[in-house]
Order: sequence, then structure tokens, then C-alpha cells
Amino acid sequence: MSETNTALGAALPPSAVLPEVPRLPDRLVDQLAFPPRDRYLQMVEAFKAAGFEMCADLCAVDYLTHPGRTLPDGVRSERFEVVVNLLSMSLRQRVRIRVQVPEVDPTVSSIVDVYPGADAMEREAFDMMGIIFEGHPDLTRILMPEDWEGHPLRKDYGVGRIPVQFKEAPGPR
Amino acid sequence: MSEHDHHDRDPERDHRLEIESTILPAETSEGAQELLPRSGTDASELRREVGAVLRLPEGNYIDPSDIDIERREDETMIINMGPQHPSTHGVLRLMLELDGETVLRTKPIIGYLHTGMEKTGEELTYAQGSTNVTRMDYLSPLHNELVFSLATEALLNVEVPPRAVWIRMLMTELNRVSSHLMWMATNGMDLGSTSMMIYGFREREMVLSFFEKTTGLRMNNNFIRPGGVAADLPDGWQDDIEVICDTILARTFEYDELLTGQPIFRERTEAIGNLTAEEALALSVTGPILRSTGVPWDLRRSMPYLAYDKLDFDVIVGTYGDNFDRYSVRLNEIRESIKMIRQIAEQMPPGDYRVQDRKVTPPPRARIDESMEALIHHFKIFTEGFRVPEGEVYVAIESPRGELGCYLVSDGTSKPYRLHIRGPSFVNLQVLPVLLRGGLMADAVAVISSVDPVMGEVDR
Amino acid sequence: MGFEDLQHNFMTGRIEDLVKWARRNSVWPATFGLACCAIEMMSVGAADYDLSRLGMEVFRASPRQADLMVVAGRVSQKMAPVLRQVYDQMMEPKWVISMGVCASTGGMFNNYAIVQGVDQIVPVDVYAPGCPPSPETLLHAILTLHEKIRTGEITRRPGSTAPAGEQATGGWVPTVPDAVRVATPR
Repeated sequence: MSETNTALGAALPPSAVLPEVPRLPDRLVDQLAFPPRDRYLQMVEAFKAAGFEMCADLCAVDYLTHPGRTLPDGVRSERFEVVVNLLSMSLRQRVRIRVQVPEVDPTVSSIVDVYPGADAMEREAFDMMGIIFEGHPDLTRILMPEDWEGHPLRKDYGVGRIPVQFKEAPGPR
Repeated sequence: MSEHDHHDRDPERDHRLEIESTILPAETSEGAQELLPRSGTDASELRREVGAVLRLPEGNYIDPSDIDIERREDETMIINMGPQHPSTHGVLRLMLELDGETVLRTKPIIGYLHTGMEKTGEELTYAQGSTNVTRMDYLSPLHNELVFSLATEALLNVEVPPRAVWIRMLMTELNRVSSHLMWMATNGMDLGSTSMMIYGFREREMVLSFFEKTTGLRMNNNFIRPGGVAADLPDGWQDDIEVICDTILARTFEYDELLTGQPIFRERTEAIGNLTAEEALALSVTGPILRSTGVPWDLRRSMPYLAYDKLDFDVIVGTYGDNFDRYSVRLNEIRESIKMIRQIAEQMPPGDYRVQDRKVTPPPRARIDESMEALIHHFKIFTEGFRVPEGEVYVAIESPRGELGCYLVSDGTSKPYRLHIRGPSFVNLQVLPVLLRGGLMADAVAVISSVDPVMGEVDR
Repeated sequence: MGFEDLQHNFMTGRIEDLVKWARRNSVWPATFGLACCAIEMMSVGAADYDLSRLGMEVFRASPRQADLMVVAGRVSQKMAPVLRQVYDQMMEPKWVISMGVCASTGGMFNNYAIVQGVDQIVPVDVYAPGCPPSPETLLHAILTLHEKIRTGEITRRPGSTAPAGEQATGGWVPTVPDAVRVATPR
């Protein structure tokens, strides 16, 4: 676990990791960081060097029908967001990184080299939302059959319910 | 030959055989998701197998005999295990590359139980949400409900009354006991001990009848809801709990006699499926698997939720990270949970079992006849649902399989905008290729069982 | 047992009763537990609700040795062809119990991922509702199946090539792809 990124050192508190990246306060999580896409991998590596040993969760959110969410100044809202929750056992802290990913080019770097445990999580985000992770060794579908078309968790993909007798017609429910 | 003649006169059988041998296998193949033969992988890919987990710094020496680059494709065999197989816990499909009996590469293929629960969660209100999430990890349904309720309450910013907190702790610790008993039963069965299967289920029935008495259902109880719990504990619950605790604790020592000291069991589980702490942390493994490698990380101790900081319990840690350590961690966690349940039964505070905010909790049924407001609240909560302020939150608890997290995004309406459950088994399954490499085929079953995957939360 | 071509008379009637008694008292299930219902199915096989008293405690792993497929749990789109393949590998006579609401109708999951009722893929004999069905419900379903075996006829079976739902629904047949709908006589 000896990382080569000695420029930051291990004793750096999480709030000092790449301080120029916009942040928001949060009640439960110690930090909410919003790096731009090109600095996302650098930020993840910096957090790992700062003592965040584990990537707890990686998922993607499609903000197509909720564009007016709260974001810090300087961060432009895009359709997709890749959300990474990191956990530090030594510091007993959590950190959340939210990267904006545009619809026309839904590509973002893969963090599998930093946290190998994000492998399956990134495949799921690709399968369900269609986000392409550059540098992922095996970006194939994981939950849906191989010949499935479409990305089910996107907001423009219907639930796929069939009409049921005596229930109301399918709609916004 | 008359057989031959009969064969010629049966076009229907031929048609059926053709479908069985060509079309149906084509229907069940999953293309790029499967394990590709060696000719399809290059040296960097094979090197990644060995150093897959720990990123090897530049210039690190890899012993070529360890990578089997020279192994030709016809010297190894790729076989398929599952998705219908008695020894995989649920519908897990594994493709194994074997050299004789030794397992080289493994690839789990999942998705055979994908239910679209996260998409369904966006169509259900928050009050209905716990019926959906409870079916993810179906062996510990109360934990799923708890994490969803905690996330909703964090967004709602409501404070749950103390009795509800303690009832939640009681039910989730009982669920941990029943889940670990179920694991011991199926683990014993996978290793060949059918009597352990029967014993595990027999003990589990006691816990399930308590659940039926309290929540109405044996499994998938929709009990822990945002705002508190659905109902108060029944009268005489302390006596039931005492009987459960005494009996199960005594029986865990019987399991020690049956399994822990037994030479066959030790031979089959010791030094099988070894995992180091670095590998576990790199692969985001949590729960008993992580603790068996020696890392004392338990969310109930390190980042306490509910009222776990008021309980006195130990975190069970193993040493070698092998099958036997995972078994002992889980067996002793049953004993620790029994200890905790006894403390909870003594310290249970009186009071409300759910928050009294009428915008969140439905009123008691009797009040609906008396008060117009109660009727309106009941109607609004059960048709439209209560609105949750805009925001997003990630809450994690310690489920019997590891860190169970819920990432909930709300847009201010009465339905979640995005519900993502971080299932511990989904992440823990990544450890299978590491554990199975170099082992024997017969140990593969034991190792899968000791990883304790529940496919409901793997596939969601 | 090759009775389908025989004429139905008194002697074959007695032999039929014997055969049906043997068949219903040793129905061996194939392991097809998928989700939560599988846990309840295992509970039925375990101590408190014993399946062994009905002769059914041997869950055969290989479908070629099994008579009964208890589809216990939700069937996803990826699992559907596997289900059909396992069903086809079973030997006649075979029965299917659809356990739980997800297997019977799709249950609470009316969405893109779940097949809305396993009778779209295999012909079902008994449906057991519940989410999950309590072990008593599953036992009732199994006993209903035994009754069905006891009162059903072997020598004069309806020569239908469609799943059992067709008679009940007056000719409407679910749209199952031809490759999956194998024309086996019941």
C-alpha cells in the first residue's frame, strides 16, 4: 500500500486535498467535492494518498428531469453525475465526489487502477446508465443480458410495466 | 436396426433435439460477459490476473511461472458452473478455467436475478419503499429496511424516538443471528454436513416465529419504516427473547462440537481461500470477510449508528483470512449478537415506537373515525406519500454481509429521485477470482459458500 | 411409462392407480430456488415443516433425475432461457409449481427486468401465492399437486401442444418465441 504520490504526504487532512476544487458542506459526510472531469482521477488518487483506503460506493445518477439541483458556484450542471463515496478507516471519515458528465460525451476516467474494487461498480454504472469509463479493463454489461438494448436506469427509459386488469392505466402513477 | 428406424420416423424428436442443442444454448450464452479462452487474452491481461489486485509499481518482478503465459489453450478447460446449481448461493454463474483440478481463472457472471429494484424504487413512495428494498438482501431484510429508513430520515431531518431506535436494534440483531444461522446451515450443507443444515434451520425457525409474532411475516417483513417501526413489540416479548437467546447460545456450543474441532471440517476449511488484508481493502471488501483478514472494521463500533455506542460488544477478528476464519468470525458474531440482544432487552426504553410527526407517520387507525385531520393525513400519506426535502445522502450500516449503504437523492417530491443501494455481496463477489486461483475445484464450492453472497443484493 | 397409447380398461385402471401412487409419493424436486422463496422452500425441507414425510426431501441437482420444478422466486430476463433449458432437460412426467407471486404473475415487480409470470415460459400445474408463501402454503400447494396426480388420467391425456393455460383462457396463447416454445406433448 505504499503509494508513490509523496507530493501530498499522508498526514494531509481531507479538506486540504486539492483545495481549489469546489465543495459543499454536508451534514453527514465530511465533504462533498465537485471536481471537473479532467481532474477527477487526480482527485481520487489524492484522496487515496490522504488516507482514504476504501472506495465504498460508485454509482451514477441521471438528472434529466431534475436539472435544478444545488451545486456550488463554478460547477456547470450536466445530465449525468458519477458519485463516488470514499471511506477512510484511519480517519473514520467519508467523502463524496460528484463528477458532472455531459450527455453528448458520457465518458469519465476509470478509477480501477486506484481502487480495484470499483471494477464491478463501474460496470454496473455503464450497464444501467451508459457511462463509459476510460481505462476500465472489461467494460461489458453486468446485470442485463448481453444483447439488451438501452440503459434501464436512465430517466427516458420506461419502467416497462404491463397493463394489469383493474389497476389504473400506466402513467406517472 | 429397429431403433434406427424409430429414430427416422420421429421428426418431432429431431426438431426438439435441434432446438435443445443449438438454439437454447445460444439463448443462454452471454457473449462478452463470459470468460474468454486464452487465445483471446494477451499477456498484459494475463499479467493483470496475478497482480490484479495490488497495482504493481513499475519494475516489479513477476515470476513467469506464476502467470502461465506459456499454457496453451488446449491444456486448460473452461467449464461453466450455474446459474442453476445446488452449491452456488442463488443464481450465481461462474466460469472457471481449469488445469486438471486446479482453478486458474474465474469469472463470475451475475444478473440472473436482476429485478430493476432501483428503477422500481423511483416509482414507489417513501412509505412503500421499504417493501421494495427489503427484498434485496432477502436473508437480512430488516437491515435493508433500516438503511433505507435511515437515509429517508436523514433527508427529512426527523428524530426517531428512543424506543423505536432500540426496537430497530433488537430486530436487526435478531436478523443478524438468523442470517448467520442460515449461512452456517448452507455452509455446512456445501461441505457435506446435512445435519448442520437441519440444525441451522431449526434454530432459525425460533427467530422467524418471533418475527412473525412481532411484524406479521417471517421474511421480508415491512417493519422498519421511515419514522420508526410499524408496530410496538408484543406483550411478553422479553420471555420470548430470553428463550431464544438461551437456546441459540447453547446450540452454538453444539456446533463447536459438530464442526469447529472436527478434523474433516478443519482440513476442508483451513488454509483454503486465503485473503490478505491489502487485497481485501483494495477490493472494497467489508464485513466478516474483511474482519477475518485481521482488519477490525465494524461500522457498529467505528461509525456507530442507532444506539450501538451504548452497547458493550466485541468485534470479532480473524488472522489468516481463510475459510475457517470466516466461519469462526460468523459463529462468534452470533454469540456477540446474543449478548447484545440481552443488553437491548434490559435497556429497552418506554415511549413511542414511531415519530409523532403526522406528516410522516400515519395516524392510528382508530383515530381516523374520530378526526377529519387524521383521515386526511392517512389519505395523503398512503396515496401521494409524504414529501421529502431536496437533497442527497449516503448512509451505511453493518449488515451481516458487510457495509450496506443507501445513496438516496430526493428532488422534493414524494418519490425518491434516485435510490441506489450499495450491496455488500455485489462488491464482495469481486474477491472470488482472487480466492479461487490456484485452488482445487472441490474447494471452489466451499470458498463461494464462505464468501456468503446473496444474489438478491448482488443483482438488485 | 408408455401408457399413452394403451386402451383404457379395468386392468390398466388398476395399474394406473399403482403408478400414480408411486409417482405422487416420491416427487423429487429439482433445485430451482432463485430468490427469497428459495429460503422458504429450504425451510419446508428442513426440520419444522418436513418434506421428507412426503418423500420429497431429495432435491436433485440434475434436472434429468427430477420430477418437479418448484420455480421459487422472480425470473429475470436473463434467467428465462435457462429456466426453459432446465425444464426441457427434465424427463416426463414432470410438473411445475410456481411458488410465490413473482413466479406466478411477476409479483410486485411489474417492470422491464422480470418475466411477468413463469407460465409464459413453462406450463404450470399449481400456483402458490404469497410473498414469500409461508411453508404451510407451499405444503398445501404440494398436496394439491399430489391430488392432481392422483385424480389425473394417464392413458387419455389431452394431446395439446400448447402450455396448459390455453384451455383455461379459451384459445389465447401468450406470445412466447418459437425457439423457446418446444412442441412436447403433455
